[in-house]
Amino acid sequence: MSVRITRDDVAHVATLARLSLADDELDTFTAQLAAVLEHAEDVAALDLADVPPTSHPVPLVNVLRPDVPGPTLSPEDALAAAPQAEDGRFRVPTILGEAP
Amino acid sequence: MTGPSPSSPSSPSPAGTAREIARSVRSGERSAVDVLDGYVAAIEARETEIHAFNELTLDQARTVAADIDRRVAVGEDPGPLAGVPIALKDNLCTRGVVTTCSSKILEGWIPPYDATVVQRLVAAGSVAVGKTNLDEFAMGSSTENSAFGPTRNPHDTSRVPGGSSGGSAAAVAAGFAPVSLGSDTGGSIRQPAALCGVVGVKPTYGLVSRYGLIAFASSLDQIGPFATTVADAAVVLEAIAGHDPADATSIPQDAPSIVEHLDDGIAGLRVGVITELMGEGIHPDVAARVREAAEALAAAGAVVEEVSVPAVAYGLSAYYLIAPAEASSNLARFDGVRYGLRVDAATTNEMMVATRTAGFGAEVKRRIMLGTYALSAGYYDAFYGQAQKVRTLIARDFATAYERFDVLLSPTSPTTAFELGAIHDPLTMYLNDICTIPTNLAGDPAMSVPFGTGSDGLPIGVQVLAPTLGEVPMFRAAAVLEAAAPTEEVDR
Repeated sequence: MSVRITRDDVAHVATLARLSLADDELDTFTAQLAAVLEHAEDVAALDLADVPPTSHPVPLVNVLRPDVPGPTLSPEDALAAAPQAEDGRFRVPTILGEAP
Repeated sequence: MTGPSPSSPSSPSPAGTAREIARSVRSGERSAVDVLDGYVAAIEARETEIHAFNELTLDQARTVAADIDRRVAVGEDPGPLAGVPIALKDNLCTRGVVTTCSSKILEGWIPPYDATVVQRLVAAGSVAVGKTNLDEFAMGSSTENSAFGPTRNPHDTSRVPGGSSGGSAAAVAAGFAPVSLGSDTGGSIRQPAALCGVVGVKPTYGLVSRYGLIAFASSLDQIGPFATTVADAAVVLEAIAGHDPADATSIPQDAPSIVEHLDDGIAGLRVGVITELMGEGIHPDVAARVREAAEALAAAGAVVEEVSVPAVAYGLSAYYLIAPAEASSNLARFDGVRYGLRVDAATTNEMMVATRTAGFGAEVKRRIMLGTYALSAGYYDAFYGQAQKVRTLIARDFATAYERFDVLLSPTSPTTAFELGAIHDPLTMYLNDICTIPTNLAGDPAMSVPFGTGSDGLPIGVQVLAPTLGEVPMFRAAAVLEAAAPTEEVDR
């Protein structure tokens, strides 16, 4: 298959990734992403219907530990690097009323 | 300074190798403080020119070194790396010491805990001297993507040190520390090791705990050492390897014993030279050194043949879909809420957009968008799904090759170190990783060993690859290459 990424695609992807791009950045990124995806056409074109995917190189599954309490970060340590904290919690600007 | 240096930028400093330092400190012959002073002098002489470090921790290092000397004086053994100065890539969490990933979004962040590898290095008696520069979030092959300015190659400061662990490679090559740690997702230890003329090891995926390594692509990332000698790299790997319950991807077994096998030789070892990585795109000087390396192994008793690993030809394409996809997910955590930069705005969503837009550099944004696209509805199967299947092909082709061979051989980097600013196009930059990426996709170990120079006088690295948990034969072959490496024209 041949997929050509468009300027609109890049703008949409930037929104999903919570990035804001200026017009000239949109142009540059569109051309650069198109070049990388064009290179990836060799992979997209392979017939791999019978090949299982590999998501991970080591066949470890369901790694569990005993359900025993151990040391964890204190609330003070966990909040120490927060840009804003209040009453033992991370503080953020308005959430309610925002567009999704 | 420009042009290859007439000095000895990568020779072990007067303090000797890490093994010699540890031996002499443990025996009380030399003090850890004196050893440290020698490296501090080297840092003071050239760090301004090289910019290997984002942060130096020399005051803490002096306290640690003095403590080691006290312990030796009362008959204690501080461990196998007693008094050995070490530099840490700035994507490894260090409690109380700024950790930035060379990104504005983490500028000034102080982690509340140590990475497991840092804890183990402390337990082994080493002395951390600072946090080294990298391409932002380890995304790059030249260390030019650092938000805090590039690192320069100690052999020729007009050239890049490679990347992304360029600061860690340059620190060892410049004699700022005998050993360092980096991380390797697609070649980020091996390629800078080759360009800086030092040894660099990417261990088997899961052999070294990644707890406290700030994640780039979690199914590919692995921590490993840089050193001036193969034996020093083995000592550091032994100190950091082994199971860690804090990392669910950690292989549940003990660290391998490598050092005791370094002198075993390679009589009968079966070595395959990878056909697909010796042709197009590889500089003739580099290919010539790999052939010489193969001859050296044969002369030492190995059985050397060419071997085809066809799917490695698709490695770059698969990698630049899989790694950005994982990065787009991992880097979602940088949103201005819990740590790092926050750019104020009226709503939380606007704050997150403003923070990420101001905090990430161009290459990081490019990869986040590439990954988000590869994972998005309508393209997932064609790109991400297909890349995961190619990953299976690559692992299968390596497994087939390892039925006939114990280790494989290839270039580490297609060229020697290039000039700063020489490569503008992202795809051209990505091609630097063409020889190193397939190993990460397969989860296998590989290492770069310095082997002479190109006609430009700059270092060339030869890559030794091995099957999963094949570190011992890999290091044995590397030790033979180190002993056989052409020295008459090497800039060291």
